[in-house]
Amino acid sequence: MNGPLPLLVAAALLVPAVSLAQGTATSEQVRRGEYLVTIGSCHDCHTPLKTGPAGPEPDMSRALSGHPQDLPVKAPARLPEPWMAAASATLTAWSGPWGVSFAANLTPDPETGVLRDFTEEQFIQTLRTGRHQGQGRPILPPMPWPFIGRMTDEDLKAVFAYLRQVPAVRNKVPDPLPPAP
Amino acid sequence: MRRIIVHRKVSGSPRVPLAALSAALILAAGLVAAGEAVPPAAALKPPLRLEDTGLYADAATLAVDPRHLAFSPQYPLWTDGAAKRRWISLPPGTAIDGSDPEAWVFPVGTRLWKEFSFAGRPIETRYLERLADGRWLYAAYAWSADGREARLVSERGQRGAFPLGNGRSHTIPGISDCKACHQGGRSDVLGFSALQLSPDRDPGAVHGEPRRFAEVDLKELIARGLLVGHPPSHEAPRIAAASATERAALGYLHGNCGHCHNAAGPLRTVGLYLRYEAGSNVAPALASAVAHPVKRPAPGQSPEALMRIEPGHPDRSALIERAASRYPALQMPPLGTELIDEEALALLRRWVAEAEAPRQKAQLNEKGQIR
Ligand code: HEC
Ligand code: HEC
Ligand code: HEC
Repeated sequence: MNGPLPLLVAAALLVPAVSLAQGTATSEQVRRGEYLVTIGSCHDCHTPLKTGPAGPEPDMSRALSGHPQDLPVKAPARLPEPWMAAASATLTAWSGPWGVSFAANLTPDPETGVLRDFTEEQFIQTLRTGRHQGQGRPILPPMPWPFIGRMTDEDLKAVFAYLRQVPAVRNKVPDPLPPAP
Repeated sequence: MRRIIVHRKVSGSPRVPLAALSAALILAAGLVAAGEAVPPAAALKPPLRLEDTGLYADAATLAVDPRHLAFSPQYPLWTDGAAKRRWISLPPGTAIDGSDPEAWVFPVGTRLWKEFSFAGRPIETRYLERLADGRWLYAAYAWSADGREARLVSERGQRGAFPLGNGRSHTIPGISDCKACHQGGRSDVLGFSALQLSPDRDPGAVHGEPRRFAEVDLKELIARGLLVGHPPSHEAPRIAAASATERAALGYLHGNCGHCHNAAGPLRTVGLYLRYEAGSNVAPALASAVAHPVKRPAPGQSPEALMRIEPGHPDRSALIERAASRYPALQMPPLGTELIDEEALALLRRWVAEAEAPRQKAQLNEKGQIR
């Protein structure tokens, strides 16, 4: 990581406004979702960083599409004391005692989006329980579900509605890697 | 990625306490931990001591109130070899509505307990109570080392409740994990049901026990008027199967997987139905797993396991691979167990190995899914 953090955060806020409301979502709900995704810092981890003229900035052409499939990670980082965790330059791959986790593709891509067969109910449960699809494997750090899961049902529904209609990005995020033995 | 190798290496090694790490990392990042992850839903709080739930007639001797009914489901849940005792209490003068044999309706005030022992010592007792608004209250109580009293566990559960060897230990689930299993279908109550209490008990059931003296079964519930509306045609439900092995295998999947994998709950979208439903022509597990392609391979899954169950080939069956793993991203069930259920795995393997291709083919034709 080489960029000063405030700059990254500022960059993360430059989310282009998308308003392609579909299905049952109301445009007001989608706007609320967009706002929550922005201030909830989802882009911080789920949109890869690229190096722009002013330093690292989120690559909005790949907004919310998670760790890029063309950036292979082979093994967890080995860190000297007292360090516990490390991140890739894109801020989408995270290494720590849990192995390596990769930020998920939250876009509605029918083949590679993690939410492709989530119901709204499962989305809420996922963030409440910290389990994949609400009932499956534990979601790995640093995904901050204990905080995101404190949103109201209404807010989580708005986040879901927003994510359902952002531009789909085809990107197959790799499977997490187990910890080094 | 070297998927299989990665999986093999991990499946035998101690599990990394993910939740603990997650918490640690959040703290390390300088954020203030927000307390329990799940906001408390029910206003009603469970009592702080197990004895105050009314389980015992005498808290000093731990004699269970003789008015409670002991029971044991014929297809029990595997919890790393824990021995279990279970009781139900119905408010006086009430009865269970059994008109739908797949989802009994319990009167408000119903209480259920399940005690877990390891190495002959009680470790935890889980508790369910039906509240006035129809919802269920969930609680778990951890026993003191001397086995004299049990106290309420935090909503987030408790790790390290009993050492299981190999660096693993029994975890008392947090309330959101209770609900991941108990609210995955039509009824919060899982083991007190028509099939589970059938007088026609499966002698081949894995970890099944013969009905103990003084335990209630379906017949007795009906005779005592504690279950009303139960269809007379269902007095001794039994899994219809081609062989004794298949009957026991389907029963195991019902008891250990069907509470998540069913057609009514949130996971219906996965399209794998391991809950046995009386009256179905073909057991849902056969129809949705045998010779059925995997919907989405899990991290670490063998690239050869293309089907959920490939008849005759346990080693190429994803269902077997996932039941045989304790790598968190691959294991099934995904929670509630640290150790592989070897006895069940042997049964499931035998069943898949015996599964005949021609019979499966016929089924495939029916669904038009031959590939
Ligand atoms: C600090 C980094 C970080 C932030 C901030 C973050 N995520 Fe994540 N998220 C991750 C990682 C890493 C994963 C993959 C975890 C895994 O594979 O277990 C993930 C996974 C997910 C998943 C998939 C869960 C599943 O069932 O597999 C969802 C949904 C999700 N994030 C939503 C969000 C939303 C919505 C926000 C903003 C409100 C957000 N995330 C913010 C890092 C982050
Ligand atoms: C891995 C899934 C799973 C988890 C996690 C789980 N249960 Fe259960 N529970 C079951 C199943 C399946 C049964 C019925 C089979 C049996 O008792 O062996 C059951 C039985 C029970 C019973 C007896 C009544 C009944 O439904 O049959 C009680 C009480 C109970 N559980 C409470 C809890 C509580 C409280 C928690 C959390 C602290 C919890 N359970 C966590 C699966 C689970
Ligand atoms: C607590 C809920 C829960 C229980 C209990 C459970 N599963 Fe699952 N299972 C899931 C979830 C969530 C998924 C989807 C995500 C994944 O694949 O990890 C899943 C997926 C699967 C799949 C992959 C389906 C596909 O085609 O993609 C198989 C096979 C499976 N489970 C088998 C089992 C077996 C066998 C058991 C019992 C021994 C079991 N499960 C118990 C939650 C559960």
